[in-house]
Amino acid sequence: MASVANSSPVLSTFAPMSARRLYIFGGITLIAAGMLFGDIFAVFILHQNAGQQGAALIEASRAVAARDATAATAIFGRLGSLLEDRGTKVDAHVHMLDAGYLALLLALVQPYIAFSQAAKKAMAGLFVVGGVLLPLGIFLIHYVGLAYSPFAVIGWASVLADSAGALLIIILLVQAWGFWRYLQNPELTEPKMPAEDSMPRRALLTGGTLLVLLGFLHGSYYAGTMLYQHEQMETTILQRMIGFASEGNLVAASGETTNFGNLAGARAVNIAAHSHIIEFGLLAMLLSFVQPYVFLSEKWKRRWVKVLLGGSVILPVFVLLELKLGLLAGGIADFGGLMVILGLIGMLVGIVRYSGHLDAAESAR
Amino acid sequence: MTGSRKLLVLGGMALAAIGMLYGLYYAVFVEHQALDQMGGSLARAFASAAEQDSSESQTAIEAYASTKYDYVRQVDAHSHWIGLGMLMILLGALFGRVNFSEAIRQAIAISLLAGSAVFPLAVILQTYHHGSLMFKVVAAVGPGLVIVGLTATAWGFARQRTMA
Repeated sequence: MASVANSSPVLSTFAPMSARRLYIFGGITLIAAGMLFGDIFAVFILHQNAGQQGAALIEASRAVAARDATAATAIFGRLGSLLEDRGTKVDAHVHMLDAGYLALLLALVQPYIAFSQAAKKAMAGLFVVGGVLLPLGIFLIHYVGLAYSPFAVIGWASVLADSAGALLIIILLVQAWGFWRYLQNPELTEPKMPAEDSMPRRALLTGGTLLVLLGFLHGSYYAGTMLYQHEQMETTILQRMIGFASEGNLVAASGETTNFGNLAGARAVNIAAHSHIIEFGLLAMLLSFVQPYVFLSEKWKRRWVKVLLGGSVILPVFVLLELKLGLLAGGIADFGGLMVILGLIGMLVGIVRYSGHLDAAESAR
Repeated sequence: MTGSRKLLVLGGMALAAIGMLYGLYYAVFVEHQALDQMGGSLARAFASAAEQDSSESQTAIEAYASTKYDYVRQVDAHSHWIGLGMLMILLGALFGRVNFSEAIRQAIAISLLAGSAVFPLAVILQTYHHGSLMFKVVAAVGPGLVIVGLTATAWGFARQRTMA
């Protein structure tokens, strides 16, 4: 039997096309889309891009050995393009997720934002638009480049991304002002989200807190023991790579290129594990609040929570293990990401069903 | 709304806004130039080596390392301020479930907020004084405060469940 929070105070917290509903739907959709994009990026682009970077560095070493400065400079033009391709895709993924998390957070604090419902709804709509345009603009930076741009280094896609970012900042500042107004006159403008005490909710809250804590501990460990060492190693490897290439020792230079790739891999997996485990923890905690709106049987609600939390552990752990197990671990990590996406979509379907149930009951009156 | 919750929600919103404003400023005025500088330095290091000018090559590598040192920290500060800001807002919404007295909750909230504000700030300040031990220490103390606050918060959640 589907469990649904259907007492009238609960129904009033999720009115059709209310700001809260827009934030929840927009937020979960942005997060699911951002994760799907990240998974596709990891499977089809990330490793290939890293391979191309290594090949470009080997080519540059050959140019040094051949005393061909023009070729060396040209290769770095291509390498810059590869790095931009990778960087903008990572940034699009991260910004889409973060806009989604912020949307869910704003859904949570809406009762404390002292504005009219119409103003709050307009801001929610604008926030979702900004949340879509920001990562879209970032994604397009690599493809649009400086075409038709009047600026020296900033293209139209960057202008789109920066404008969308500015829109999100303005909305957040207005929300802070609304919260300040509430503090001056502490009357809730709408009912709080329902305070259900169910197993899925507790599991998400506890699991989320532990994931965030683990992420902090791992981040501190990485920063304390490896960050500065890795930075020093990068300079040393580059110096040796260029030194060997200058001496015409291309085998040794190629070995240093491998070392450079391994170092970049080590940094990338540590940073990815750190950021993903914290983001999944935040997501789990945020999703604990929307559980009363998930119109699914208790059994299915629990299943989606287990799938989501399981994926939240598998992805960062196997991302870290990529250094030891290689692509096998990468594949398992991608599967973990897919589990999180499935859990998220499962919950989104439950919320869509809840909305339909609610709206049908409303229109039958 | 209790003082600890107000502190976390308002502080979290302020941190998220600061992180976003810093990110916007950085994207418009610094990032493209920094990336060009990094790419240019690396290209110069290899091109100079091809011209057998090892001194210029070494200078270019050092310029690359220095720009990248700054770039990594500027991006980190932006993402950590926003991430920590979101965490503060979320904890602000949940803080009623932390089963301690309000005085202890306020102490936890101050620890969380102070750590969240100071850590990215110290990371940015490192870009002005490369290798500064003081900023390294402050950058380490910040996450320490957040970890202590988060552990206490998790304990507070668990206490409530035990009593329920």
